Amino acid sequence: MASDNLQEIEQNYMCDPDADGGFVFTTVEAAINWVQKSSLWPMPMGTSCCAIEYMATACSRFDISRFGAEVNRYAPRQADFMFICGTITYKMAMLVRRIWEQMPEPKWCIACGACACSGGMFRSYSVLQGVDKIVPVDVYISGCPPRPEALLQGLMTLQDKISATEHPLKGFFKKHDARTPQNIDTIPSESVNPEG
Amino acid sequence: MPAPTLSELQNAAADKLCARFPRIGRKEFRGDITLTIQPADLKAVMLYARDACGFDMLTCVSSVDNLGSEPRFETNYTITQAETGANLLVRCPICEADNAVPSLVSVWRSANWLEREQYDLMGIEFTGHPDLRRIMMWEGYPYHPLRKDFPVAGKDFEQAGLAFTQKAPTAGGPFITRPGVQTAAAREPRAQG
Repeated sequence: MASDNLQEIEQNYMCDPDADGGFVFTTVEAAINWVQKSSLWPMPMGTSCCAIEYMATACSRFDISRFGAEVNRYAPRQADFMFICGTITYKMAMLVRRIWEQMPEPKWCIACGACACSGGMFRSYSVLQGVDKIVPVDVYISGCPPRPEALLQGLMTLQDKISATEHPLKGFFKKHDARTPQNIDTIPSESVNPEG
Repeated sequence: MPAPTLSELQNAAADKLCARFPRIGRKEFRGDITLTIQPADLKAVMLYARDACGFDMLTCVSSVDNLGSEPRFETNYTITQAETGANLLVRCPICEADNAVPSLVSVWRSANWLEREQYDLMGIEFTGHPDLRRIMMWEGYPYHPLRKDFPVAGKDFEQAGLAFTQKAPTAGGPFITRPGVQTAAAREPRAQG
């Protein structure tokens, strides 16, 4: 683990640097969020010029793999988030929606560029006026098209959002009070054991 | 003997077609020859153009909506001799009542998608087309958006469970830029009817 990363973990989580092998104490939630945000597999839905910027972002100059998101999955079942790069027409909208529904949870969506965010300059009969009408969008990136830096900023924003996610498993390992069966009235009294 | 020029080739082909089909109207503008053919003659003329005049390629099918005058519609064809590059333009006026023109798929296979596009966006029926489905808009969309009486922003329509279309917000009018030296705010008002 890189030293600056370790420093961040020391600040944010309990860490015992003297322990042999470097144990890290953290919460399940923080660990799961950290895993998810560090290995985001994009489903690039590139329909027009924003996709060219996405290609530049994925290539060596901007290098999206620095953020753990370089594994493009064109099969939606293997993807973590959808990068909608470009104009979505009404005819394409049903395909975008179908691909979105094929992606497994947890899933996120980044709308990249003016067309995906709001229809852009196409105030016309054929263009969907913003993909948030058909899929829930987590991050909007402005620009026509946005620079690769803006795409990376959008990806980092999504990572921040993921690391702030309240996970359903939060508090799972806390000490719970002894639970009483909800149907306690219908159970014979000798079989109820609230302590167990 | 020098090779014939493009203009000579086009004139020779047009002469041949007009001699065979005297009902063809002929017009020349800046070296381009436009033939006007009635829908009833269209297929026979095009077959003759392909087989006898060497026009082995259909380059383009487009259409015009002359809203308010009759015949309202018109399909335009560009046919080409691939070897020489000679072109002929063909116009085929269509009455709004008929709204049908014979399909040329059996003459040139490239007509298939080109005619589907005209059917989709302009609503012209091509009789005899083997696969006359929409190609640009989604299947089930009820309008023909390139007609003059269709609003640029579109119309609301929804087919439950399949697809939908919504009117685009245009803030009162289409967004048009005027050329000139004014500031951007003066040149690009949001609403211009």
